[in-house]
Amino acid sequence: MSSTEIPSREVARRVFATEFNDATFTFKESDDERAPVYQLLPTGEKANRVFFSGTLTEKEDVGEDNEYWRGRIVDPTGTFFVYAGQYQPEAARMLRELEPPAYVSVAGKPRTFETDDGSKTASVRPESIAVVDDSTRNRWVVETAERTLDRIERFGEESNEYARTAEENYEIEPRKYTEAVVSAIESLEETTDTTGSDAIGTT
Amino acid sequence: MSDLQTHAAAITAQFSEHLEIDEQDVKERLETVVDEYRIPPEEARRTVRNQYLEEADLDDDAVTTSGNEMVGVGTIETDESWIDVTAKVVELWEPQSEAIAQVGLLGDESGRTKFVSFETSDLPAIDEGEVYRFENVVTDEYQGNYSVKLNRTTDIERLDESIEVGDDTTTVQGALVDIQSGSGLIKRCPEDDCTRVLQNGRCSEHGSVDGEFDLRIKAVLDNGETITEVICNRERTEELTGITLKKAKQMAKDALDTTVVAEEMSEELLGSYYAVSGPELGRYVLADSIEPLGEPTETESVLIEARSI
Repeated sequence: MSSTEIPSREVARRVFATEFNDATFTFKESDDERAPVYQLLPTGEKANRVFFSGTLTEKEDVGEDNEYWRGRIVDPTGTFFVYAGQYQPEAARMLRELEPPAYVSVAGKPRTFETDDGSKTASVRPESIAVVDDSTRNRWVVETAERTLDRIERFGEESNEYARTAEENYEIEPRKYTEAVVSAIESLEETTDTTGSDAIGTT
Repeated sequence: MSDLQTHAAAITAQFSEHLEIDEQDVKERLETVVDEYRIPPEEARRTVRNQYLEEADLDDDAVTTSGNEMVGVGTIETDESWIDVTAKVVELWEPQSEAIAQVGLLGDESGRTKFVSFETSDLPAIDEGEVYRFENVVTDEYQGNYSVKLNRTTDIERLDESIEVGDDTTTVQGALVDIQSGSGLIKRCPEDDCTRVLQNGRCSEHGSVDGEFDLRIKAVLDNGETITEVICNRERTEELTGITLKKAKQMAKDALDTTVVAEEMSEELLGSYYAVSGPELGRYVLADSIEPLGEPTETESVLIEARSI
């Protein structure tokens, strides 16, 4: 590696909504002010970017002076909340124009917020939102199942530093997500067994 | 690099494993021999090398003529390393500058890499299709792409053998998560053999020129573990998006803006899965083919795996 190398792009992790929403612990790996902030996944991985496909079920402009769009995007395990305002013009435009329900793919950055009651929630600041077909959404479900299982299988390895950090910061058994994976894949088999397009998820 | 500096670097590389050796000291010794004893640089190199052999208490064969590692050209991934390669001259290109004697592609089983030799190095010319052993070439990196530079100390020996050149074609799959700037309808420099993409109507080599329109997509594929940057040329871009160069020009004309083309392409391609195959060039895969992926195929096996945990 030469020192002139440009910083590498962060990979987009695959994580189901149920795990994503549990992942409210964030950290940095350097003291540099501009160092990337990582979300810690309870299955033991760091995430600075995520990619997911699901069904946009609702959208609402929750901004006061400026447009600020909130979208609910549903996968077989739960709901991702995405927020896009003036600094995400492309994503905001998509949310303004899209008519739910619609299958969409989102690439974006995890963000955590503290709510009024002191609890933390995770949401996504989208870099891009694109309309996709159901085969893309199904492919994402299977891919995310595989990646999640990989993380769960590696969780017990002693050298897995993010798993150890997860144990310290969450009181969640990774096993919980194995069940989510099973039900996600089973839901897929049901949709492909039946008529498919009727089976769009609901909140 | 001056002549003596090159020799000094080569000697330093040869002895770095055997001695505490400093390139500047080597150069000074070479200069002494050349200046005071008026002997040619080649001979000076022998003399100084022998001095170091003695200091290291080594036999001549312990440090091979070059002392370098023999490296597959497709595996080069360090800058400024002194190496030896045995490779076939896959292609020779027309040099773009008077300083360059020869430029082209070398290939062996591991892949291909660009090479350059300079007029000042005064090396014998090499022929396309022939296999050579090159001792003492130095690697170079530019924007993540590696090449080798021949130099005055390079030993070139023609070999009577054939090499099957690997095509280092790779296949990657993933979600298309980003379309990078420089995609869509672009302009290239029209100068002979210059295909640089213009920035605000300017070529970095030829200045302000009347560019020629072309189509290109630079995309990022992400599979959740690694990312791959992919370049689609005009043909692949037209096949993939259905937007021909002619149509793209019309779109830009109607909108009085070339960026509409990349925007429309992004809207169509982002967020879906593709399989791309083609040769790797530095950090890019040049798409020979790019296919959208449909329904998942691993569903059953993933379910079995999940239930077994």
